[in-house]
Amino acid sequence: MARAFTPKVVTANDLLEGDVIYLTEDDRWSRELSEAELITDEAHAQVRLLDAERQVNRIVGAYLADAVAGDNGPEPTHFREDFRRTGPSNYAHGKQETSPQPRA
Amino acid sequence: MYRYSEFDHDFLAERNAQFRAQVERRIDGSLTEDEFKPLRLMNGLYLQLHAYMLRVAIPYGTLSSAQMRQLALLAEKWDKGYGHFTTRQNIQYNWPKLNDVPDMLDALAEVGMHAIQTSGNTIRNVTADHFAGAAADEVADPRPYAELLRQWSTDHPEFQFMPRKFKIAITGSENDRAVIKAHDIGLQLVERDGVLGARVIVGGGLGRTPMIGKELSEFVAFDDLLAYLEATVSVWNQIGRRDNKYKARIKITVHEHGIDAIRAKVNERFLQVRPQFKGADMNLLEEIKGHFAPPAFREGSVASFESAYTNDPVFRSWVDTNIAPHKNADHAIVTISIKKHGQTPGDATAEQMRVMADLAEEFAYDELRISHEQNVILPHVHKSDLPAIHAKLKEYELATANIGLISDIIACPGMDYCALATARSIPVAQEIATRFEDLKLEHDIGHLKIKISGCINACGHHHVGHIGILGLDRAGVENYQITLGGDGTETAAVGDRTGPGFAYDEIVPAVERIVNTYLEQRDNAEETFLQTYRRVGMAPFKAALYPEAQANAA
Repeated sequence: MARAFTPKVVTANDLLEGDVIYLTEDDRWSRELSEAELITDEAHAQVRLLDAERQVNRIVGAYLADAVAGDNGPEPTHFREDFRRTGPSNYAHGKQETSPQPRA
Repeated sequence: MYRYSEFDHDFLAERNAQFRAQVERRIDGSLTEDEFKPLRLMNGLYLQLHAYMLRVAIPYGTLSSAQMRQLALLAEKWDKGYGHFTTRQNIQYNWPKLNDVPDMLDALAEVGMHAIQTSGNTIRNVTADHFAGAAADEVADPRPYAELLRQWSTDHPEFQFMPRKFKIAITGSENDRAVIKAHDIGLQLVERDGVLGARVIVGGGLGRTPMIGKELSEFVAFDDLLAYLEATVSVWNQIGRRDNKYKARIKITVHEHGIDAIRAKVNERFLQVRPQFKGADMNLLEEIKGHFAPPAFREGSVASFESAYTNDPVFRSWVDTNIAPHKNADHAIVTISIKKHGQTPGDATAEQMRVMADLAEEFAYDELRISHEQNVILPHVHKSDLPAIHAKLKEYELATANIGLISDIIACPGMDYCALATARSIPVAQEIATRFEDLKLEHDIGHLKIKISGCINACGHHHVGHIGILGLDRAGVENYQITLGGDGTETAAVGDRTGPGFAYDEIVPAVERIVNTYLEQRDNAEETFLQTYRRVGMAPFKAALYPEAQANAA
């Protein structure tokens, strides 16, 4: 039996900055995971991934990352995605420079 | 120090112009990422977790003060004010923008530096003993030969699409400070009957299948060495496994065919290749040697050094740990620790880089080195200048007296930066260093190398750490495996796993238990961790790490 589908967000890196970005429901790319479209349907997830992959001049390496609904939008389920939405832990660089992020 | 010829300058300018055009075509959409990726990797540009990363080669770890200042400029102008020195004598910039990279490469070319072949399935940056040309124990300075290898391997038409990457390290000393037995090819310069040549080690490597290199030839004279190396790489290029990335490195080829069969193939190939080398390489080597002529070492009294050593305990402690013997008795080799307790191993700010460049220019014949252990070296310093150097280093948090001690940790960038990582390594290093600083045990513990990798690829050399730590992802949680007894020197050995791994918040206490066990077990304060481990074996460490298992077994 196929494994049950778990909610996803579409994420990638920005072509010019390299920064982590997320696809929103209204087809923008946001720097904030909390603004990402949380996708709960598998077929829709594939469509949204294709939508992202077509934007070759804007993004690099789109993929579906696991996420769960939180009080303020999607939240990561894995520590790798938690780092991606925040920045490194040795300096307050990356996203945490400009937008304070919760750190587990 | 090697100075670029007109040919070198033209080659680099052309290559940088090509890459600039490739970046433009990627940004305007003419190139897809699939098309662009191999091109950017050939020029050292990765895409990591949060940003691009530019890896710049520091061939055989040697820099002039002008080059170090330029590295500082790149850090300030196009990055976040710092750079990260790596275990392969490279510097990595963690935050460049794609648009800026062509300018960064042009700025590097101004001082004869590049990022070519710092990635991809090519021959990578040739690394060397960081004490080369200064060490009291070397047969000859290995850097002229390393420079010859850099020129030979750069854009070598046969070796641009190999089964996998290929790493060469070279040392001029019996005491191996370049980890030659953990490289695809390791070279140790030796002299036989007045002829200089190299002992050739092949098939070492870390990663998921750690192997200690085997001797391919006990002596190849310089006249034949380049042909012999070309034959070796060529044999592997043909029979190395391209079907499986994890079995593609030469260590697997050597393991599967056996060293004797490989040697026979190399010898056969050597006879074919040799006639192509008609002596131009040796003429070039002679010319390169001229660039590496030792400086005119100044003479003078060392009385001021001796008086500072006697009267200043902080200076004395720094001298005792961070200074190595120089081939000239009135000189010294200074290792500058860029691992102040709690800092990220291998990181230096632009300001620190400039301070080190200034010191090199004023006191060290304009030379700096980067070690694979992620520190910076002033290879030639007259002892009377040591107090002034130490005073300056103190002002910029560069005077930590911890070389070879428990806080002199190698750590890869891990999951704080690296897209391949399965766990963090930097914060583990930071916490171990601060913990033992708090305990004030560091100098009592003595010589102990901890090496940490954030994934199985082992950039942090954990297999050859006296204590090795490997960060993994176990069911979505960071987990750290420990190995003991690894050794990256001439007595190289791969460490033994202690048993089950430890959670992120358990790893520092686990290291503390290992160290306490060593302190209990050692015969005397002179017996190092590694010596104790080799004498008593794994059992007491296991007992300390896994008391429950012991209780259950009882």
